Amino acid sequence: MEPAKKKVLAIASGGGHWVQLLRLRPAFAGCDVTFATVRPGYKQDISEGSFIVVRDCNRSHKLRVLWSAAGILLLLIKVRPDVVVTTGAAIGYFAVRFGRWVGARTIWVDSVANVEELSMSGQMAGRHADLWLTQWSHLQRPEGPGFLGSVL
Amino acid sequence: MIFVTVGTDAPFDRLITAVDRWAGESAREDVVAQIGRSNLRPRFIRVHQFLDPPQFAEHFSSAEFVIAHAGMGTILSALRYGKPLIVMPRRATLGEQRNEHQLATARRLSEMGKVTVAFDEMELAERLKQLDRLRAADPIGPYADPSLIAGLRGFIQNLD
Repeated sequence: MEPAKKKVLAIASGGGHWVQLLRLRPAFAGCDVTFATVRPGYKQDISEGSFIVVRDCNRSHKLRVLWSAAGILLLLIKVRPDVVVTTGAAIGYFAVRFGRWVGARTIWVDSVANVEELSMSGQMAGRHADLWLTQWSHLQRPEGPGFLGSVL
Repeated sequence: MIFVTVGTDAPFDRLITAVDRWAGESAREDVVAQIGRSNLRPRFIRVHQFLDPPQFAEHFSSAEFVIAHAGMGTILSALRYGKPLIVMPRRATLGEQRNEHQLATARRLSEMGKVTVAFDEMELAERLKQLDRLRAADPIGPYADPSLIAGLRGFIQNLD
């Protein structure tokens, strides 16, 4: 019997975070992928896997953060992924933190836009991720994040 | 056509105003801008607050030049589609973003020869005067470094 397909939740907020996530797609080949992001229009960017829209948030709106976090938790319970992969930002942080609760392994790929230091969400999420990566070799550290390459 | 984009919902009026002034001075009538949630009423360029992804892709792909904030989404798209690109970083000191990561990104990618940067409106005006000399950087493929893809794939396939 074939081993079961790995279930992957690939999640990112809009703009550059989403564009970077799309550039990682070959890593999910042969997996059962669910893409989650913040704009319905992004559906046209993907041809494989399923697509779900979640509420976005950032640190300046506290209530929206709670609302968005709750949405991510529900999403994780529904999808039950084996792996969570995210390129940030806030919604990716929640997906990494809550991913553990549903038994998923988690991957944080810090945005290539963070050239001089990791993003705040990256610093917060990284230590909780099973695989924590920066896209700049000069930012890798023995205790993490690691470096494997970039989307560029 | 010249396509100008601030990348997100967040306005970047400093960029739009500077491009509009240049369009007026140089009588360019083919400038289209996506300006975000802004009340700006430019005089010489056509504006949209938002563009749906299909419309955005259409503007992007038919543009001869792209002028934008230094956001990674825009930069990656320009590299992917081989578009000559000028970026002007949003500045935290001017309340245009939370930290100076666009400044850092612009500096580093300019050193790598990936983008042309105008650090402020004065530099942008200079770059726009020499627009016909602007060239696209070497295009990139559709996906990330093979080493990054392989690393992620290995992690995902060897969970147990």
